[in-house]
Amino acid sequence: MPASSSIGLAAAVVLVATIGAPAVAPHRVDTRFPALLNAPPTRPHIVADDGTWHAPFIYPWRLANRLEQRYDQDRSTRVALVWWSGGAIVGSADDASAPFMLLGADSFGRDVFSRLIVGGRTSLTLALVAALGALALGGIVGGCAGYLGGAVDDGLMRATDFVMVLPAIYVALALRAVLPLVLAPITVFALLAAIFAIVGAPFIARGVRAIVRSERRMEYAAAAQALGASDTRLLARHLLPATAGFVAVELTMLVPAFIVAEATLSYVGLGFPDPVASWGTMLHDAANVSVFADFPWLLSPAVAMFLVVLALNLALQGRAQSRHIQRPM
Amino acid sequence: MTRYLTRRLAFAAFLVFAVSSASLVLARLGEGDYVSGVLGVEARRETAAQLRARYGLDKSIGAQYRDWLGHALRFDFGNSLLYDRPVRDLVPERAANTALLAVTALAFATFVGLPLGTFAGSRRNVLAAVIRATSIVFLSLPPLLTSLALVFIAARTGWLPFAGIQSASVAQGNGALDFLRHLVVPALALALPLAAVFERLQAQAMGDTIGAPFALAALARGVSRQRVVWRDALKPSLRPIAGMYGLVIGTLLSGSFAVEVITSWPGLGSLMLDALRARDVYLVAGCAGAGALFLACGTLISDVALAVVDPRARE
Repeated sequence: MPASSSIGLAAAVVLVATIGAPAVAPHRVDTRFPALLNAPPTRPHIVADDGTWHAPFIYPWRLANRLEQRYDQDRSTRVALVWWSGGAIVGSADDASAPFMLLGADSFGRDVFSRLIVGGRTSLTLALVAALGALALGGIVGGCAGYLGGAVDDGLMRATDFVMVLPAIYVALALRAVLPLVLAPITVFALLAAIFAIVGAPFIARGVRAIVRSERRMEYAAAAQALGASDTRLLARHLLPATAGFVAVELTMLVPAFIVAEATLSYVGLGFPDPVASWGTMLHDAANVSVFADFPWLLSPAVAMFLVVLALNLALQGRAQSRHIQRPM
Repeated sequence: MTRYLTRRLAFAAFLVFAVSSASLVLARLGEGDYVSGVLGVEARRETAAQLRARYGLDKSIGAQYRDWLGHALRFDFGNSLLYDRPVRDLVPERAANTALLAVTALAFATFVGLPLGTFAGSRRNVLAAVIRATSIVFLSLPPLLTSLALVFIAARTGWLPFAGIQSASVAQGNGALDFLRHLVVPALALALPLAAVFERLQAQAMGDTIGAPFALAALARGVSRQRVVWRDALKPSLRPIAGMYGLVIGTLLSGSFAVEVITSWPGLGSLMLDALRARDVYLVAGCAGAGALFLACGTLISDVALAVVDPRARE
């Protein structure tokens, strides 16, 4: 389907830009241009107003109204784009007064495009780490419950039932709010990853338990046991690999859920502290309606989030259509 | 059946108790408290101590928890420090707003998602493909993103109010209309992703049902496709969605948090956020308990419904 492949392409671009963020980002996430607060995007041109062709260049913004933060394009000056300078792939020849800002500037005068791709790193890494954490925790709990059965199974499944019916977002909020509002970014990262992993683990644990339980009765498991395989070996080498398909589907659902959860928490100010760029903190900066209605480029993290979630959903289509609802947050 | 019901009720009660207790203790554990937030750092020590004593914040966590529990057993959940009103009055008021939002969204999702899903699942034409593609797009737009998008559209076009629950100046008699206009943006934001989920589920279920022997037999007898789909296959195809309603309540509660904050809808989620920010311990406990009650009711209703329909589910 051409539609899905183009969306896949867009998502791939987001991913590549995110992974290569330091090289792609023209500016640092905390570089401010005080003269360009909420400035609109600078689009690269190759044809000047007089119809002549040039190497890619941009028109600088000149402040028209400081109060309304309106800018006019200075069509008389062409600022050339320079390649591979200052550690970035592309930048402006006159970075101090006419910076190249593909997605405009935020209310602090920071480059939205640079923050978007560097922030994407934060958001995607967090979601991935949290999903792997949920996988490890859920795999251990589900594996033990399914393999050992009896009282252990009962106890562990009660616990997962309990976590599953908790109001997840309220629990995450309460847990985050206990700690001081301003924490080191790395602490916030670890904390959010841990909270998300705990909330997401039961969904994996239940499935893993069911699969391990039924696989245990298969002949190959009995054969391995007869050959003298220990419990841990049987579980780790023979039974848990059978859950791979289920786990893959589950991971593609947890990652988008965690991306959105980070964005929600950061949006309300309980996520990462300010100078750190993540898609959630960027939305937090844009949180005021009167701000993002006038400066729509501030919503670009929302678009990036949509593309990534859409790509994961398309990857999931036909595999587990009926389970979209199971997202924990 | 009675035993099953008792057990489920006991579990629900335990859940509400555990969640509200835990959140009270958690809200108390952190650095600083309501008084330090209100008075700031330069406050005189005596003033702060006086205030703390008035709110019961000078007691140890254990003692405060015991007091709260003793009162809570008599349905007195303390006074909100932030709003200076009993939690018992404040929380139900806001919870009703959240419930209204959730019910509207659920109704919209059902009445839009089900027919579209039934149609898309029984046909293989362009329209069905368009419905399917639209659903996949909305599946990827969680309430956080739909509410941002809808608020953006409403703010740019000025078609609808996008913040709060009431206009500042309402002409006499227009209150209900004004309220409904305010409901549109948050309810749609919450409902669109859910409608997409329902559409996909129903399309799949209908696709399966239309291939079942009884439906094929009816088609072979010469009954029109229209009639088979809407009269014979519709009812059996509803089972997956019926089983989903309990889970949906959890999704709605989490989703409505983002929606409430973005559209300033005065619901439970935004109340909880205010309470957490202000370290209003009793209000935090009340909100978390109400949230747990929502979820417990949801799972209870769906489990009981399932147990009535299918005796095997009674364990």
